[in-house]
Amino acid sequence: MKKIALANMNALYEAIAKDMNLYVPIDNKASVNYAEWKQGDTPVFDKMTVRSAKDAFFPQCENMSTFSRDDDNRIIIDKIKLTEKDFVVMGIRACDVKAVAVLDKVFLSEPVDTFYKARRDHSILVSLSCSRPEETCFCSTFGIDPAEPKGDVAMYIVGDYAYFNACTDKGEKFLNGVSGLLENANDTDVDAAKAATREIMTKLPLHDVTTDGWGAGVLEEMFNRPEWEELSSSCIGCGTCTYVCPTCQCYDIRDYNGSNGVTRYRCWDSCMKSDFTMMAHGNNRTTQLQRFRQRFMHKLVYSPTNNDGEFSCVGCGRCVAKCPVSMNIVKVIKTMGGKK
Amino acid sequence: MQGLEKKIKDRAIELLESGKVDGIIGWEKGQFIYDPTPAVFTKETGLDNFCYNNFCGANLSKYLVGKITSDKKYAVLLKPCDTYSMNQLITEHRVNRDNIYIIGVGCEGHLDVEKIKRNGISGITGVSVDGENVNVGTIYGESTIAKSDVLLGKCEVCRGNAHKISDELIGEELQTPEASDRFEMVNKLEAMTAEERFAFWKGELSRCIRCNACRNACPACTCRVCVFDNGRSGIDSKANASEFEEQMFHIIRAFHVSARCTDCGECSRVCPENIPLHLLNRKYVKDINEFYGEYQAGEEADQRNPLVNFGDKDIDPTVISDKEGN
Amino acid sequence: MQEVKEFKPNIVAFCCNWCSYAGADLAGSSRLSYPADVKIIRVPCSGRVNPMFILKAFEKGADGVIICGCHPGDCHYNTGNFYARRRMTLLYSMLDYMGIEKGRTRVEWVSAAEGAKFSNVMNKFCGDIKELGECVKLGDIRCKD
Repeated sequence: MKKIALANMNALYEAIAKDMNLYVPIDNKASVNYAEWKQGDTPVFDKMTVRSAKDAFFPQCENMSTFSRDDDNRIIIDKIKLTEKDFVVMGIRACDVKAVAVLDKVFLSEPVDTFYKARRDHSILVSLSCSRPEETCFCSTFGIDPAEPKGDVAMYIVGDYAYFNACTDKGEKFLNGVSGLLENANDTDVDAAKAATREIMTKLPLHDVTTDGWGAGVLEEMFNRPEWEELSSSCIGCGTCTYVCPTCQCYDIRDYNGSNGVTRYRCWDSCMKSDFTMMAHGNNRTTQLQRFRQRFMHKLVYSPTNNDGEFSCVGCGRCVAKCPVSMNIVKVIKTMGGKK
Repeated sequence: MQGLEKKIKDRAIELLESGKVDGIIGWEKGQFIYDPTPAVFTKETGLDNFCYNNFCGANLSKYLVGKITSDKKYAVLLKPCDTYSMNQLITEHRVNRDNIYIIGVGCEGHLDVEKIKRNGISGITGVSVDGENVNVGTIYGESTIAKSDVLLGKCEVCRGNAHKISDELIGEELQTPEASDRFEMVNKLEAMTAEERFAFWKGELSRCIRCNACRNACPACTCRVCVFDNGRSGIDSKANASEFEEQMFHIIRAFHVSARCTDCGECSRVCPENIPLHLLNRKYVKDINEFYGEYQAGEEADQRNPLVNFGDKDIDPTVISDKEGN
Repeated sequence: MQEVKEFKPNIVAFCCNWCSYAGADLAGSSRLSYPADVKIIRVPCSGRVNPMFILKAFEKGADGVIICGCHPGDCHYNTGNFYARRRMTLLYSMLDYMGIEKGRTRVEWVSAAEGAKFSNVMNKFCGDIKELGECVKLGDIRCKD
């Protein structure tokens, strides 16, 4: 384990940003979001970001190719260059680290998503051990330990120091690259802080949420439950929950007709929206109930069915905090889950 | 507030039992104190989970738009500011007045949990209002903040405790918070240079994630299919693929509700990125007041709004184009 | 020395079929000149112009947008331009509020008999836009060269 005094963190950011892009949570006075670190920025590590770290690998909008015509009126197809520069995302909490694993499963299994893969290959995840879980957190429901995040390097902020522990070879290499700034530390230095976090977790209002009743193979039981109607009647059909979610992965591919050619891009889609999975024959989900059900069935039933019981919710609590009408996954889990 | 909650609950049960209404649209308890969910209560569901506390800021009038074809009768709980939206919906025939029973509920200003959290408070387990102060209990200890600092944006410019439309009132004697000048920030922006204004809006709108919460929560946005969702409109989009799309969406969103916007503040309340969207709507309100005379959408039902009206001496758009200075 | 390329503005003019469009015709047949940078789009009435049309023109690379309609009171449909007048006042005021140069948008009333006015209006507007230069604050980057 290595450590650096918090007062010297700026030197560390500088060293990283010299030949890599560094993304950290930045408070812009209205909300906290990941942004590229620039000289003078002070990252905030004690607040949850509005958007998750998913943006770094799977941005809301990205160009895939462009089509234009040359002087002889032939169509030219330009592929967009894949990410080539290494980047570091610092301050990802355990829940978001788990979310990246969920996304990996989707995007890195055949057929591999080259855009995503390029970003993953060039990324270094510096995770952060939680010290102040919020009331909306329920990661323990999904077996995540917020005190012991994974990623390439795990970071712990305790007292006046930031401690780092490499979890992968990539992380080891990264720490070696900045070793001049780090001092040696004992693994036990952060134990008290970890224990404190775990203690807090048991006191959180949502600590007793369980996924009983949900999981692989319960499609038949859950799909036609009458509760969906009541739950979905509050939903206003905005995409907030899906866009702040670290595991939501649906996207749409669209063409933009500019004056000089066509840009093909992909952007996040949301099952909450009326034109989600719109096809030539029309839309197969025509009511908000169906769309609402899709979101939770995907996370709590379809995903575990197809991925060895792995839920695609990590309990980060973003949708709980941000839903304009407070109709969230915890409510759904509690209403329909439990032992019958 | 708790006394009022009990009163509303008792009355609601009475209305349901007597068969006067088939459902009550109100607020349901959430996981925490600060997250009540709009919900429909019926005889079957009962009112055990009903709540009315300091976090019931949501405007429930929009939930009636989806009930227009229903032959059931619904009672809806509206705070004074929500009744403006109701009048506007009645004016536009977006709700069926005959099937609505409006219960005007008293209000003493609602709180914004985002603002509480912005004060560095996390792990909230309880919130209680004590006069001018708000006591917040958290798993990390207690803190006290001034109520005026954590009021919802819309409550800072409250228009008073008068219900503009109602069939009965409960707790109407509650005192609403004192209002500040609602055009203060608009004036401030107008006094900036064009470059400063551009930078301001660029900074704000660049955070937009296009979740459409502002649109979907807005009681004036009632199109069956929004132009931004309509694949044949030529401007539909699911994300802001460029800066222009941010500007386009927000200018058009605000323009489409101009003169119909009651300034209820839902757009800013629901924005997950805390973009002050009401400042766009409020600019239209201010311009309309200045150019075409004072007008308050939803003041009463069946008003003719200034954008579906005209006068032969209206000011000319060149006044804007040729304006001096910034 | 670097050659300074003359800025050729892109100007979109929405012209009402019953007045300004005929006014443009009259300007032409009277051999009055107006800049070739102006692209006229004929609309049935100035009241037909949706605010979205104006933004869309900017999106695709317009540097200025002008709407020409019948003089207030002379609308072929009696009231179309009255509504247009209110809408455009509000929209232009909003664009100004968002920091877009206010000179880039304009409304002018030009009747079918005013060929000379049409030519003057366009020459003036084109000159103004040339002074303002390329529109960089409003427009889609994907439509730029």
